[in-house]
Amino acid sequence: MMYQYAAAPDIAAEIPDFPAARMPGCPFDPPPAVRAPAAGEPMRKVRLWDGSTSWLVSRYADQRALLADRRISHDDTLPGFPFVSAGFRARSVHGMRAFIAMDDPEHARLRRMVTPPFSIRRVEALRPRIQRIVDDVIDELLDGPRPVDLVQTVALPVPSKVICELLGVPYADHDFFQRRARALLSSDAPVDVVLAAQRDLVDYLAGVAGEKLVHPADDVLSWLAQRQVKTGGMSLRDVALQGTLLLIAGHETTANMIALGTLVLLQHPEQLAALRDSEDPAMIAGAVEELLRYLTIVHMGIRRVALADVEIAGDVIRAGDGIIFALNAGNRDERRFADPDRLDINRNARGHVAFGFGGHQCLGQPLARVELQVVYGTLYRRVPTLRVTADPSRLPFKNDSAVYGVYELPVTW
Amino acid sequence: MRVIVDPEACISAGQCVLTEPAVFDQTDDGVVVLLDACPPVELHDAVREAESLCPALAISVTDG
Repeated sequence: MMYQYAAAPDIAAEIPDFPAARMPGCPFDPPPAVRAPAAGEPMRKVRLWDGSTSWLVSRYADQRALLADRRISHDDTLPGFPFVSAGFRARSVHGMRAFIAMDDPEHARLRRMVTPPFSIRRVEALRPRIQRIVDDVIDELLDGPRPVDLVQTVALPVPSKVICELLGVPYADHDFFQRRARALLSSDAPVDVVLAAQRDLVDYLAGVAGEKLVHPADDVLSWLAQRQVKTGGMSLRDVALQGTLLLIAGHETTANMIALGTLVLLQHPEQLAALRDSEDPAMIAGAVEELLRYLTIVHMGIRRVALADVEIAGDVIRAGDGIIFALNAGNRDERRFADPDRLDINRNARGHVAFGFGGHQCLGQPLARVELQVVYGTLYRRVPTLRVTADPSRLPFKNDSAVYGVYELPVTW
Repeated sequence: MRVIVDPEACISAGQCVLTEPAVFDQTDDGVVVLLDACPPVELHDAVREAESLCPALAISVTDG
């Protein structure tokens, strides 16, 4: 296929495909095709699976400007909205939409209903509970066989247990929801598989929330059932749709940061040692920010559509044009972060866009921060000789998932 | 320095509270609360960082 492109270049060949492939041997770096163009160079366009084209915004400054611009819409039912796969489009077409796919005031109304548990104070109050969960998971790890897969034993269980307790979802069902989350995030999964996974999750969470109408507990689904469903503010299906978002975003993202963060730290032993030996919570918090920047696991871009003509850095995005923000490229933009391809847990990385930017920036970020601070601050101290047993170049990286990571990380100690 | 916050625009990212808790707080629902509209000079750098980190552009800082 490649020689055909080289022999007969045409217009289509000049627009690179998206998602793009990473460089072999550089599993932590953004694909060269999404890297930020130099100052003064035009913004790029990319071609999607269905042949449509979209703008690709890769420069940090452009990302911040456009993501905070109200002329840029999140509404994935609008013509021109770019999807990275048939499965992602099908979820929208079938009305499986949570507030991340809506504009204000609808977005703000739904988002605010689920915001209280993610306030800084409430999340800080959860820190001892999160520490206990992490301690228990590591106790089990140390009592178990080795080598063992860190994804299944630590990375997935910690955030899954936390979000289950927060939402009021039984952790015993983790295999059920983790498998479906994996299908929903895959850009390769067939449409019928994606839709079935989404339906299963919505039906399941509607069932759990329905139970909370009768037997409320101290959790988010009970709170939504009692305050919103009973008063007509939300339907049970709405609760289930928002709950699906919180459940998936609440475990998949943090799980991948735990596994991928551990892998990259093990490849930077002097930084891992500094993190392990630090008693300073601010140092650990800073390391979390740098790992969020460096890894930027939401690696297939966040997507929008223009509501009006918008001029940016000399280009004009027309109303109806799709826009993809390569957050991984923005976080490696040398105009914002010096020596951007170097992991440096001591740098101030707090301006990163790993959680996005603008009114839709990640709702769960306070929780993700505390979970990662507790895991990174505990795991390497408790298991100081932790090491990966597989050849890192042969690890199964999640190139086909909207959230990057490794499917498996065999470790021993 | 004078600090103004817009609770309507706030999306509860929490960056301001994590950056300078002497100036920014949140309600129980996570909405920004301004504790000090005229913070002392030693907090100015942190307040400016909070302004730049706020994803909702809900913090504005003016001199004087």
